[in-house]
Amino acid sequence: MSEQGLVVLDQVNKRFGDHHVLRDVDLSVRRGEVVVIIGPSGAGKSTLCRAINRLETIDSGTIMIDGTPLPEEGRQLARLRAEVGMVFQSFNLFAHKTVLENVVLGQVHVLKKSRADAEKKAYELLERVGIGGQAAKFPAQLSGGQQQRVAIARALAMEPKVLLFDEPTSALDPEMVNEVLEVMTALAREGMTMVVVTHEMGFARRAADRVVFMADGEIVEQNAPDDFFGTPRSERAKSFLAKILTH
Amino acid sequence: MDALLLEWDTVVAAFWMTVRLAAVSALGSLVLGTLLTAMRVAPLATLRRTATVYVAVARNTPLTLVLLFTGLGVGANLGVELSSDIATNNFWLACIGLTAYTAAFVCEALRSGINTVPVGQAEAARSLGLGFLQTLRLITLPQAFRAVVAPLGSILIALTKNTTIALVVGVSEASVRMREMIETYGDQVMQIFLGFAAGFVLLCLPMGLLFGWLSRRLAVAR
Repeated sequence: MSEQGLVVLDQVNKRFGDHHVLRDVDLSVRRGEVVVIIGPSGAGKSTLCRAINRLETIDSGTIMIDGTPLPEEGRQLARLRAEVGMVFQSFNLFAHKTVLENVVLGQVHVLKKSRADAEKKAYELLERVGIGGQAAKFPAQLSGGQQQRVAIARALAMEPKVLLFDEPTSALDPEMVNEVLEVMTALAREGMTMVVVTHEMGFARRAADRVVFMADGEIVEQNAPDDFFGTPRSERAKSFLAKILTH
Repeated sequence: MDALLLEWDTVVAAFWMTVRLAAVSALGSLVLGTLLTAMRVAPLATLRRTATVYVAVARNTPLTLVLLFTGLGVGANLGVELSSDIATNNFWLACIGLTAYTAAFVCEALRSGINTVPVGQAEAARSLGLGFLQTLRLITLPQAFRAVVAPLGSILIALTKNTTIALVVGVSEASVRMREMIETYGDQVMQIFLGFAAGFVLLCLPMGLLFGWLSRRLAVAR
């Protein structure tokens, strides 16, 4: 890929003891691109996603965000993380803060916006993800689907350059998966750069520009969704798809 | 009961001293304990080690020794003078000793509180771009405090009773007054003793109830 990507991973390696979780991973995500990472569990998908904002350290290789190498520690790392939004499997909304506060907090304490501006933006975003009426509630009072939509609003409030989703629907009851996927699909259409680790193949087909298939810490193949799901090239992708798509 | 009634003013004054010792030391140990907790989870190994050693020493030394050290060691030997008035000086020395000792227990309680906060809370905070101290101040510590309100209440009660040891640095709190009265009114030992015990119960019981109520009210729903 000749074009400079917004997120560029070059020869990234990571080990947990003897377990080699990321092997020579190269990945470049263009501005506005939606990359969906799929693969069997233990493939290193989540680790890859978390490495992009350094919630996981890496052993070797480089990760660049918008031309800047990921800093190791301190203020520069914090500044860079503010530009990379993250949505977690278990939502991780601040349990002692209201929904509104969850979306306001980063704007006030990291972006140094005034409270009034931050609240205005928070209400807009909560409206956009369909939970405008719940602003005064605490996270535990919301359903999982609602909590995850708040988490997306919280990430969007930072106006990130790229949004990372680490299995955003895996902890949800089945009837709540779609409300979250709808918000994500809308974001993808609006041109948000997204890296999504998921098991939702429907979402991958519908919203992805590119599907990245990982197994055993490696990127095995990557392709446009129709090509990947229609004519997978590698044996491992074929057997993975056969297992999940036959029923 | 004659003695207690006769000396009512001095009894109240002595208990007032107990309350002041407890209040100042509670505030001090809350601040120092929080600082120690922050050090114990800090990314710098030196800070972590310093706090660990401090807690180990302060928590495992008898309070009488700690107070004698602040009184005789810091006060008399090193000549640290916090006030020209000797009673005020002794009061502050006692507060320093009580704070230094109690902060270790506050730190241990708070640290166990931090362990109740899921890792994801800090990860979410860091991923928004909050720094270490911001994450601690805005996300981790507030939730940790709410989890350990009841144990902090127990520490406050223990502290209030521990103020009686301030007598070793010459602070006239309730237990000193009790001793003086027993010497003066030798025929009423039981009454005096029970009177002062009731005073401490009256002081500490509401604390327990208050902190129990607070801990239910402030609990974080997950």
